[in-house]
Order: sequence, then structure tokens, then C-alpha cells
Amino acid sequence: MNKIAKLFVTFISAITLALVSFTSSFAKVEGEYIVLGSAISLTGKYSSNGVHTQNGYNMAVERINKMGGVEVQGKKYKFEIIYYDDESNPKRAAQLAERLIKQDGVHYMLGPYSSGLTKAIAPVTEKYKIPMVEANGASRSLFTKGYKYLFAVLSPANQYLEVAIDLAVEKNGGKGVKIAQAFEQDAFSQDVRLGILDAAKRTGSEIIIDDKLPKELNDMAATLAKVKAVKPDVLVVSGHTKGALTAIRQISEMKVDVPMLAMTHCDAAKLSKQHGKKSEFALCASQWHKNLSYKDKFFGSGKKYAKDFQKEFGYDPPYQSAESSAALLVFKDAFERANSFDRDAVRDALVDTEMQTFYGNIKFGPGGQNVAKPMILFQVRCKGDDCENRVVAPTKWASDKFYHPIPKWSERS
Amino acid sequence: MLMVQASLDGILLGILFALIAYGMALQWGVMNIINIAQGDLVILGGYIAYTMYLVGIHPAWGVIVSPIIMYFVGVLLYKLVINKVVDRDLFISILATFGIAIVFQQLMNFIFGADVVVAQSEYGTTMLFDNSVTLPNSKIFSAFISVLYAVALVIYMKKSKLGRAIRATAQNARAAKILGVDTEKVYAATFGINAALCGIAGALISITLTLHPYVGLPYTVRSFMIVIVAGLGNLPAVALSGMGLGLFEEFADYILGTEFRIGAVFMLLVFILVYRRFKLSKKREYLK
Repeated sequence: MNKIAKLFVTFISAITLALVSFTSSFAKVEGEYIVLGSAISLTGKYSSNGVHTQNGYNMAVERINKMGGVEVQGKKYKFEIIYYDDESNPKRAAQLAERLIKQDGVHYMLGPYSSGLTKAIAPVTEKYKIPMVEANGASRSLFTKGYKYLFAVLSPANQYLEVAIDLAVEKNGGKGVKIAQAFEQDAFSQDVRLGILDAAKRTGSEIIIDDKLPKELNDMAATLAKVKAVKPDVLVVSGHTKGALTAIRQISEMKVDVPMLAMTHCDAAKLSKQHGKKSEFALCASQWHKNLSYKDKFFGSGKKYAKDFQKEFGYDPPYQSAESSAALLVFKDAFERANSFDRDAVRDALVDTEMQTFYGNIKFGPGGQNVAKPMILFQVRCKGDDCENRVVAPTKWASDKFYHPIPKWSERS
Repeated sequence: MLMVQASLDGILLGILFALIAYGMALQWGVMNIINIAQGDLVILGGYIAYTMYLVGIHPAWGVIVSPIIMYFVGVLLYKLVINKVVDRDLFISILATFGIAIVFQQLMNFIFGADVVVAQSEYGTTMLFDNSVTLPNSKIFSAFISVLYAVALVIYMKKSKLGRAIRATAQNARAAKILGVDTEKVYAATFGINAALCGIAGALISITLTLHPYVGLPYTVRSFMIVIVAGLGNLPAVALSGMGLGLFEEFADYILGTEFRIGAVFMLLVFILVYRRFKLSKKREYLK
């Protein structure tokens, strides 16, 4: 009996599988829906940013569908996204990309969260010639592999803190500065490091400490003790949210005085909220800020986007959500210009993208990275115990003047 | 001065590691179980303190509340899973606790979110030698609390009835049973005490370092190492080797560079394991 039951189950599953693979080959455009696929981190260590990404996608889908959808060959289509949870695991992400393409028949992909996972998926989409617009993989190595079907709406990682070095040199009267830096050993942070190395070379600056932090490490007291001893002009730290939080905690505890502190992931780490006054004067790189003056007809301005997002999801949008929303605007634009659902036609249209969205200007370079949008820097400033991020560079959007040098700990209340 | 700073940082960190390691040594010695979920119990304890911080209670009270809650978590864990693997092969217990570790990570991720969080103690900093050596008071506090609990536990193990029962069970479970010790109860209490120690360490970590659902493993590895070096149930040795490991880490960081810090720890582990193989094969360890 048992054997027969097993046989029966095998038989049924075989039929189901066959049916699935048969029906799904038409799934790229179903009726009035254009189906996009995305593997996204809904559980695991990237789950909070994964959810920010998903919320960004969903917000844009809803808005575009409500405002008439996508017009191709005179017919209106709506967006629909198939999501799978990649568990923050690159191997799983690559499997799910295969599944989206081969079983669900998806012909257009949206990116996952993080450089690491995008790196895992890109070879798959490339193999099947599936255009992927991604919004959360900034690692430079994504754009140097010659991928033809990968498009990123965000600035590459090496640009994150280059501006900060320029700013430090400017404050130093145009002369080179002494830089101390500590970066986590992962693709993204190491690319930020490469950007700093370039900037140092360009400005004649000297790197006096160059530490690499292991991923498991949540203690950088040794690095900071060295910083204290050699007194650099700038301290640069990049190690995702853990790096940002650890740095501020230990800098304030060890009373490390540096004239300038440049970091990444300040808003993802909710630095100004978690550390309050201790985080004041930290300079942070960001892809987007709601006060920028970019505009589009779907979301209006950044401020309006932030307001609508707040209403829908109950929190202020981090840049991860904004850039994810922008990815769908890019897809819509490309479909309409291609006026076809042919993958290569859509891909060619994506190459020619040149548009403004609430998130920034978008134009893809030869590697697929966005070359039209500069990074912005904000500085944490406090009034009493109330701290917030204020844009200080580039000057065009600066709401506040860059405060330099950071006062010594002994002078801070 | 740099060396003074490194030494003090290392020792303060090491004392905290030693506390976690003592819990591991205790239940390893008594139940012959290597608990892979040790680090995750620590992080859970940290989240208890962090939750208190969120509702406005000073997180330092976590060193009292967290061990109480964690004791029951430990006992529950024993009743659900651990009691089924106590007398089995060491490999089975590693597998079982590895599974528990994964479940705990996912649960913490589900409940507390995947964000890295910190609790603020606002304890300030002690400055020595004209501000050239700085010691965060939160680290001094955590070392002090660790020592306090460790001493209390040693006295308890020596003087109390349960303490004697635990030591008897560790030496010979069968003989203890014959003499009327309820070993089942002893096992549950031991695992509970271990979890409580993890809870204390977690609360201290929430105010000195950072919390994240997936950072438990480094604590497991470190406590495993300390226990391997110190032997089972020898508290002074655990404390010493804990501090030794803290110092080793800090100095590896200074001399070899930060990128080799964790690598150096693992290299040391390999070296010690090879060395211990010879020693362990000669005599059988038991809880003194």
C-alpha cells in the first residue's frame, strides 16, 4: 500500500510539474498584466532592508497602475510582481531567479536587496538574457563584468564617500589630508574603500590607517586607539549598520577626537535616533534625501513621495525604498519607448534611458550603473536631544552649512 | 600607552567572554553537551535588556531580569529538546543545539527585526593618564558584574544542596542517581543556570557592544575555545583563559592588523585542539 501511495504521489507531482512548466511559458505578459519577478529578502539578516525594498516596489506598482499603467502598442497594461523570499542567502537568490525565469516564465526582473545578492542573481539573468533593473546593488564589481542586461538606478559604491574627501581637502585649503579608514570585508564596503583610495590619489592625500574589519566583529576599539594616537584629519568608517553603530558607540566612549567623521548607512542604522547626540556631526553618504528638488509626474517631488509613503507604510522612507520605486518608473519608461514586449527591444530601450524621477536623474553608463545622479552627503545635527540628518553637499541642495571641524569631546556637552 | 589601552580592553572583554564560557563549561561537564546555541542564548538575553531599555527601564537592570527569564527559557529548552540528547553521542547534541541556534536566530529576527540595535547606559568614560587611555564605564561595569556573578556561582556550587548535586552528577551520574540525586532535575537546573549566565552576558553586551539576531556564533566559538583551554569546571582557569583570549585578540589586532583578528582566534583554536588531544587522551576531565 505504502509503495502504491508513493508511486501515486510521484505521478501526481510529475504531472503538476509538467503543467506548471507548460502554462508558465506564457506568463511574461498575462492578459493586461506585465509580470515582473523579484527574489527579495523577507527573512534573514537583510529582512528589514528587504522589506523597505519591497515597499518601494509595491508603492510604485500601485501608483503607476492607478495612473493609467503602461501603454504598449495602444493597449494599457498593468504591472504585477511575483516575489519570492530569498532568506538573505545568495545561493537561494540564484535558485529563485532560475525558478522565476524558467518556471514562472518571467521575462523582466527587479533586483534583490544588497550587492551580494545582486551579484548572485546577475549571472542568471544574463544567461537567460532577462533585463534586470536593480535598485540596491551598488558594488562596483557589478558594473565591470560587462553585463548587458543589468541596469542600476543608484550610484556605484565607490562614489559614496569620494565627495567627503574632496570636502576635507577643501577645508584644508586645497592641500592633501591625512585619512584613517576602517572598512568591513565585504563587496560593498571594499568598493567604498576603492573610491577613497582614488580620491586620496587625486588630491594628494595620505592614508595613514587602513583597517579591514572582519564581518563578525562588533568591536573596533583597537582601530580607534590607533586613530587616537596618530590624529588623522578624516576618519572614514563603512561597515553597514553594525559598523555605523559600533563606530559611534566606541568613538564617543573612547573620546576619540577627529575633525571629520565620514560614514555610510547612517539612516539605515537610525543613527540619530539610536545614538542621539553622540552621533552629532557625523557625515553620511546617501543615495537620496527627500529634500532634493527632483520631480516626476507620478510621485511629484521627494517630499510628496515621503508623505505618501508615510501614509501608506507608517514610516519615513529610507533611500532603499525611494530607489526601488524609481526602478519601476524606469521599466515603465522603457516599455513605452520600446513599444514592444520583446526582451531585446526592452533592453535596448533601457540602454537609452534618460529621464528625471523624484529620486534623481537616471542615465545608464556602459556598465549599467547610473551616471546622471550624484551622491549626497548629510550631517547629523541636533537641537537639544532632537537629532536629524541635514543635507550639506552638494551645495545645490544643501539646507545647512557643513560643520567643520567637529568640536572636541571635552568641549561637547 | 597603546599597549596599556590594548591590555585593558582585552582584559575587560575577556572577563565577559569568561562568564559565557563558564556556563558552557558547566553544562558540558555535567551533561556532556556542547551547546552550539550558547551565543544565541546570549543574544536573546541581550534582547531582553534591550526591550527593557525600549520601555524606559535602564538596561543595566537587565543583569537581574534577563537571567531570571533566561533560566526558565533554559529549563524549557531542556524539557523540550536537550533531555532527549543528554546520554547520546556528542555529535547528536551538537546537531540538536545547532538546530536550536537556527530556530532562535529566526525567532529573534521575527520578533525583534533584523536591525542592529544598541541600548544606551549613559555611564560615561573613565580617563587615565591624561586622557590617553580611555575606559568606557559600561565595560568596567560589565566586568564587575561578571566577576560578581561568577563568585556567587562558585560559592553556590560549593555550599548549596543543588550545587553539590550538580557536582556529584558531573563526577558520576549513575552513582549520584543511586545515592538519591534526581539527575533529571539536576540536568534541567544546570541548563537553566547556563542560560541564566548567558542572559547576564547578553544584557552586558547590549550596553557595551551591539545586538543583531545573527551575531551569536562568534560568542559560541570564543566560549568553546576558552573551555577547551581551561578544562571543564575549573573556574579560575576559565577566567584566566577568558582574559588571555581577550588580550590575544586585542594584540593580534594591533600587531597583525584588524583583518586577521578573527582569523588569529581560529588559528589559535586549531593549535589548542591539536595540543589538547594529547593531553585529554591521558586523563579524564571532571567537574571539581
